[in-house]
Amino acid sequence: MRRGPSAFNIAAITLGMGFLYLPILLLVIYSFNASRLVTVWGGFSTRWYASLFQNEQLLAAAWVTLRVAFVSATLATVLGALAALGLVRAGRFRGRTLFSSMTYAPLVMPEVILGLSLLLLFVSVGLPRGFWTVTIAHTTLTLCYATVVVQARLVSFDEALEEAARDLGAPPWKAFVLVTLPNIAPAVAAAWMLAFTLSLDDLVIASFTSGPGATTLPIRIYSAVRLGVSPEINAISTLLIGLVATGVIAVYLLNMRRRTPGA
Amino acid sequence: MSVTGAPRPRRPWKRLGRPRLSPSWEARAAFLPYLWLGLFFLAPFLLVAKLSLSDVVLAIPPYAPKLDWSAGLGGVVAFVRALDFEAYARMGQDGLYLAAYLSSLKFAAVATLILLLTGYPLAYGMARCRPSVRQALLMAVILPFWTSFLIRVYAWIAILKPAGLLNMALAQVGLPAVDILNTDTAVYIGLVYAYLPFMVLPLYAVLERQDDSLLEASADLGCTPFQTFWRVTFPLSLPGVAAGALLCFIPMVGEFVIPDLLGGSGTLMLGKTIWTEFFSNRDWPAASAVAIVLLATLVIPIVLFQRQQTKMMEQR
Repeated sequence: MRRGPSAFNIAAITLGMGFLYLPILLLVIYSFNASRLVTVWGGFSTRWYASLFQNEQLLAAAWVTLRVAFVSATLATVLGALAALGLVRAGRFRGRTLFSSMTYAPLVMPEVILGLSLLLLFVSVGLPRGFWTVTIAHTTLTLCYATVVVQARLVSFDEALEEAARDLGAPPWKAFVLVTLPNIAPAVAAAWMLAFTLSLDDLVIASFTSGPGATTLPIRIYSAVRLGVSPEINAISTLLIGLVATGVIAVYLLNMRRRTPGA
Repeated sequence: MSVTGAPRPRRPWKRLGRPRLSPSWEARAAFLPYLWLGLFFLAPFLLVAKLSLSDVVLAIPPYAPKLDWSAGLGGVVAFVRALDFEAYARMGQDGLYLAAYLSSLKFAAVATLILLLTGYPLAYGMARCRPSVRQALLMAVILPFWTSFLIRVYAWIAILKPAGLLNMALAQVGLPAVDILNTDTAVYIGLVYAYLPFMVLPLYAVLERQDDSLLEASADLGCTPFQTFWRVTFPLSLPGVAAGALLCFIPMVGEFVIPDLLGGSGTLMLGKTIWTEFFSNRDWPAASAVAIVLLATLVIPIVLFQRQQTKMMEQR
C-alpha cells in the first residue's frame, strides 16, 4: 500500500516548486518588458531580444561558448564513458582507488580551486590562455559528471548479454559496440547533454582559464550583472533557459518513449 | 584475428570460474581518462601547493623559487630550502583570512541545515505521489539544476533589490519594505535556492525506494504517523541525508558567485577571497595558500562523500 499524498505533502510540494520556479518565471516575464527599468512593467515588447542580436560582443561570446561546450562535452563523454567502463567492469586494477577518487572529487570540489589550479598548470607549461585552455578545463570538470551518469547505467546492465555475444564469437570490441553500446546509449546521450549544459553555464572555471579572444557568455553576463540588472540580460537568460529546457525535456521524453513499448 | 569475424573456437568452460586475470580491455580503456585526470586534475594541485610556498617577487609569474632541474639534486635541495611559509604566515596574521574561513564554514553549515529542513518535506511529499506524478515532479526538480546557475542567482537580484519585486509585492499588501540585497540573508536565500535540487535528489532517491509495508507494520504495532516517521522513515533515509548534506556543504564552502552577487562588501567567504587575491590583488601565492587551506578543510568531507557514492553504486 502506498498512501496518497497528504495535505501537508501537497503543501510542501507546492511551496517547493513555487520557490524553484517563481524567480525564473519572473525573469522570463520581465524579459518582455518594454520599460528599461526591470521592475516596472511598461507593456509587452520584444525590443530587448532585437537589441540582443545587434550586440556583437554578446554574439561573439555566445559563439565561443557554444564551440567550447560542443568540443568539451564530446571529449568528456568519450573519456567519461571509458572511465565508467574501467570503474564498473575492470575489477581491481592498480591505482583504482586514486582513479575513482579523481572521478568523484571534481563533482563537489569548489570551482575556484579547480580553476586556479588549472590556470597555474597552463601558465607553468606556457600554454597561452584561450579557446583550448577553457575547453581542457571544462572537459576535466564535465568528464566526472559524464562518468557518473554512464556508470549508473552500466551498473544495471547485465554483462551476461555481452558475454553471450563474445561466446558466440564476437571479438570484445564488437560485442561492446553491438550489444552494450546500444543499451547504454541513452545514458551516453544524457551525459553529453549534461556536460554541454555545464560547460555552457560555467563562470568560475572559465574566468580563470580563458584569455583575450575567448570570452565566454557567462563571463560577459557576469560583468554585465555586476553593473546592475538590465532587460537585455533577462532576454539572453530567457533564451538560454529555453534552449536548455527544450533539450532536457526532449531527451526525457525520448527516454520515456523508448521505455514504454516494452513495459 | 580472423578477417571475416567468423566464430573462433572458444572454450566456454573457461568463462565459468573467475576468468580474465590479465588486464581486461576495459582496464586498458580506463587508461585514457586516467591519464587525463592525472594531467589536468592531480598535477595542477601540486603546482598550487608549490606556489603557495613561494614568494611574490613581482606581480607576474614566474615566482621564486623556480625548480632548476638542470642543476640535478642540488637544484632540488636549493628549491626546497627556498620554499617558505610566508603566504601562510600572512594568512595567520591577517584576521581577515581567519574571519573569511570561519564565516565560510558558518554559511555552508547553516545553509545545509536550512536545505535539509526545506528539502526533506519536498522529497518526502514527492515520494508519496503516484508514480506518474513522481516522474513529472522529479523532472521539475532536475530542470533548474540544468539551467544556468549564474542566471538563477541573477534572477534573485531583481527580486531582492530595494526597488525590486519583493518590495513591490510587500507594498501592495501594505507591509514595510525590506532591504535584503547585499546582506547575509540574501546569501542564504541564494545558497538555499541554488542548491535545493542537490539536496532533494539524494533524499528522494532513498525515500522513493522505501518499502511501504514497513510503515504498515509500524502502524499495526501502534505507532502514530509521527512516531512512524521519526522511528522508521527518517532513520532509513539517513544515507540520503548524508549524501545530500555533503553534496551541498562541500561546494558551498568555496562558493563564489552567490556571495559576490547577492552578498555585501562585508560578506566574507573563501571563494570570494581566492577570487579577489587572484584577480584584484594579483597575489597568486596568497590565492594558492587560501586554496590549499580550503582544500585541506574539505578533504575529509570529500572522502566521506566519495565512499558513500561508491557504496551506493555497488548496492544497486
